[in-house]
Amino acid sequence: MSASLYLVAMIALPAVGAAVVAALPRERSLLAKQVTLGVSLAVLLLAVLATLAFDPGGERFQLTSSISWIPDFGADFALGVDGIALVMLLLIGVLVPLVVGASWHEADAGPRPPRVFFAWLLLLEAMMVGVFAATDVLLFYVFFEAMLVPMYFLIGSFGGPRRQYAAVKFFLYSLVGGLIMLAAVIGLYVVSTSQLGEGTFAFDALRQLDIDPDVQKLLFLGFFIAFAIKAPLVPLHTWLPDSGAEAPIGGAVLLVGVLDKVGTFGFLRYCLPLFPDASRFFAPFVLVLAVVGILYAALLAMGQSDMKRLVSYTSISHFGFIALGIFAFTTEAGTGAVLYMVNHGIATGLLFIVVGMLIARGGSREIGDYGGVARHAPKLAGAFLVAGLASLALPGTNSFVSEFLVLIGAFPERPVFTVLATAGIILAALYILLMYQRTMHGPARGVLLEAVDDAPAGPPPTGGGGATAVAAAPAPARGVLRVRDLDRRELAVVAPLIALIIGLGVYPQPLLDLIEPAVSATMSDVGAASGGTDR
Amino acid sequence: MIDVPDLDIAALAPLLLVLGAACIGVLVEAFAPRHVRHPVQVTLALVGTVGALAATLLLALGGHEDGVTAGAALAVDGAALFLQATIAGLGALSILLFAERSLDPAKSAFVASAAVPAGSSRDRELMTAERVQTEVYPLATFAIGGMMLFVAANDLLVMFVALEVLSLPLYLISGMARRRRLLSQEAAVKYFLLGAFASAFFLYGLALVYGATGSVRLSDIREAGLDGGGDVLMVLGLGLLIVGLLFKASVAPFHTWTPDVYQGAPTPVTAFMAACTKVAAFGAILRLLYVAFGTAEWTWRPLIYAVAIVSMIVGAVLGLTQTDLKRMLAYSSVAHAGFLLTGVLGLGAGGTGSGLAATMFYLLAYGLTTLGAFAVLTLVRDGDGEATHLSQWAGLGARSPLTAAVMSLFLLALAGIPLTAGFTGKFAVFRAAIEEGAWPLAVVALVASAVAAFFYLRVIVLMYFSEPVADGPTVGVAGIPTTLVLAITATATLALGILPGAVLDLAEQAARFVG
Repeated sequence: MSASLYLVAMIALPAVGAAVVAALPRERSLLAKQVTLGVSLAVLLLAVLATLAFDPGGERFQLTSSISWIPDFGADFALGVDGIALVMLLLIGVLVPLVVGASWHEADAGPRPPRVFFAWLLLLEAMMVGVFAATDVLLFYVFFEAMLVPMYFLIGSFGGPRRQYAAVKFFLYSLVGGLIMLAAVIGLYVVSTSQLGEGTFAFDALRQLDIDPDVQKLLFLGFFIAFAIKAPLVPLHTWLPDSGAEAPIGGAVLLVGVLDKVGTFGFLRYCLPLFPDASRFFAPFVLVLAVVGILYAALLAMGQSDMKRLVSYTSISHFGFIALGIFAFTTEAGTGAVLYMVNHGIATGLLFIVVGMLIARGGSREIGDYGGVARHAPKLAGAFLVAGLASLALPGTNSFVSEFLVLIGAFPERPVFTVLATAGIILAALYILLMYQRTMHGPARGVLLEAVDDAPAGPPPTGGGGATAVAAAPAPARGVLRVRDLDRRELAVVAPLIALIIGLGVYPQPLLDLIEPAVSATMSDVGAASGGTDR
Repeated sequence: MIDVPDLDIAALAPLLLVLGAACIGVLVEAFAPRHVRHPVQVTLALVGTVGALAATLLLALGGHEDGVTAGAALAVDGAALFLQATIAGLGALSILLFAERSLDPAKSAFVASAAVPAGSSRDRELMTAERVQTEVYPLATFAIGGMMLFVAANDLLVMFVALEVLSLPLYLISGMARRRRLLSQEAAVKYFLLGAFASAFFLYGLALVYGATGSVRLSDIREAGLDGGGDVLMVLGLGLLIVGLLFKASVAPFHTWTPDVYQGAPTPVTAFMAACTKVAAFGAILRLLYVAFGTAEWTWRPLIYAVAIVSMIVGAVLGLTQTDLKRMLAYSSVAHAGFLLTGVLGLGAGGTGSGLAATMFYLLAYGLTTLGAFAVLTLVRDGDGEATHLSQWAGLGARSPLTAAVMSLFLLALAGIPLTAGFTGKFAVFRAAIEEGAWPLAVVALVASAVAAFFYLRVIVLMYFSEPVADGPTVGVAGIPTTLVLAITATATLALGILPGAVLDLAEQAARFVG
């Protein structure tokens, strides 16, 4: 088998980088950050090179490499990407350096050394690449579970006040899902043993199996529950708002932007092709969950006063759209869903980063603690607006293309669900614009307000824990809003994402060219009506 | 005229080495001057165990033919050699833990003179004396010898003798803690009383089986089972035998001694029991069930099935409520005993299936991990000895990052997270069970794993995400022996998780019984 080293390098490089960063002496934290940034940029470069080497019209899996790993289990260390996995690798490549930039001072003040933060970040990157690049189901499972450990430590060590609770909840939810999936993975292996004579975990071999429909349903549920927790779909979503709110900003971006995509990626890569009959059987149920999720999470998002929780809920709503696109079983909707996965990573990533910058200035996550920021920090407000508009899928931004594709692709097959889902767009406009309006416009107020000496009764001078105190104070109108606008580092972080939002909103074709063949192959596996091209 | 049985000296070499070392140890204790005893005893015990490990490996790699020896009292087959090597290796690591002298200010984890009443003035004198006692080494070596005999026993009487040879020294050394002596003595008495009951059950079962079949040899019992089928005497006897063995393996509902003894015994002894006794007991269970009663599966399969479920649930649920790390690890050991039984059920009727290899691999992986975890416990101390209360571990990650990292590795391995030995082991036994159609058991096992993961995680949360307590414990500077143990167990835990192929292969090749 021809071996391509791109994917191996994309896993090995950050893993080695993590070890190097962790081994640096405590006082060299600047060097640790520089090494992390360098490594993550190198991974981005590798991702771009891999994309150039990838032929969209060629084999389903390319850039493959495989060596025997655990012969007794029939498991190989087999890597390879289709168009869907490749765009996710590009997303990882883009997001991680920006997260490093956005988190540059994240751990400086805390009791734990920054190098630990960056070491976990790099290890997480290695695991994330592995989970998308694995073409062996056991290897996928191993990365899927091992990925939890760095994220767990990122949330638990560097998160907000309720980080312990959030970290454990995150870990246990994911672990339970993972263990259910493990049962299904082993079940799949046993089926392959009985059909092929020799057990295997190779995806391509498993795809050829002819599994009894009842067994398919059980195995499908095993995989589906794990992915539905990961994605997350309502009603398995309750861990995400806690984790998203308590995680450090860098962790939250990767959690919502990439980690959760493993769930929707898993639907497409494993649930549909391996269990086509069961997928068709369960599709209506999944669509109900998806549409309920779109609307319910959007309503909950409107009710949040904590900005990070709000963004987390918007993500749950968006994951409903992605699930709708996948389980509509048309190539257009599926392509739209994959594009949505990328666009959501960019748009919500930017939203989280900007919200994080605002929180870094004010020290509070409450919407009510901010107001009138736009006048003093126009660049920050501008970035916030772009992120928000992308998040509500305004035409001209990247998310519009994907949301539109999902909806027109799903409509012929599932008109009722699609019409209901469309209502989610209106709710999205509400929760985003309300948050933007309250924090950025209106009279200056909140924790950023500093008392002026001649004020009759100013708020407490320091903002620490001032959230309730300020809210209780009777309209401290007099004061000066002091807020730094984005500095050069922060501009360098948000600028590429804004460029991508606009760029992909106007010209998404390169990504669609990568995604479409892979989705159409997946949809023909599941026997969908409009199978698209051959395979 | 008595026939002299044939003796295959090569096959007996591992046993002879260990038991010989133990006998010489007794002589050293009697005749060597006190100041040279400690180094001599440690060397002797290590030579015996490491020598036995080397001998079993030589036998296995030299392609020793499977067979029986010593008048068919002992089986020499792949499974016996693999388990003997595991016990000898883990035993050698335990001896190293026993020999640690730099952690306790009084130079040893063992009481200087066990006969002095706890709390007496003489006892207080000895507390600070530099004297160390060295009887533990020959005692532990005897126990290791008994365990190695246990897994190779091809007839029930030898199995019983081995059971006693391994148990009696363990009862003694559990009571020899230097600190919290009353707790330790209580543990020893409890262990002894309950253990004596278990031995009696075993013996009674043996008598019933002999009555039913007219033989104590495992192969004869199988023949009798083929002819007679479900003889009431035989089924009763089998039940009693199993109870005796499940007690040693600390399987719920026969586990009640485990938390108390694990907590009271000196931590190196706890490590030794958790790792080696488990291997020995499961080796005997496997041999008894598959060699002697493999043809009467219907009699024991439902029983083991139920016991496995009870053990997993009891271990996982009661583990949640513990506040002492040693007790927590004890319940973890109960839960793991349930997982191991899942693997035992994964062995098909004719010895087919991957259950035997999976269980043996799991035993090795679990033994190394749990030994490492207990070794970390010996490091974290306050003025009163080891600090095993959970709350004392808060913020350990900030104070001693390396210790906390190593402990986290062991805990993640016990929880079965991929890329650690624990995952490979769990995967192997669950696969074996599902292949044999025992998938409901595997599902229960997965749920129990998820529950158990919570209490392992809680320790990690405490170590890393909590602020250090004001007068927290200190982390002792480990001497060479403990450092060696930690290095070996941590490396092995990672290696068996990332690249387990070679060892799995070895277990696969060794997975065969004679008899």
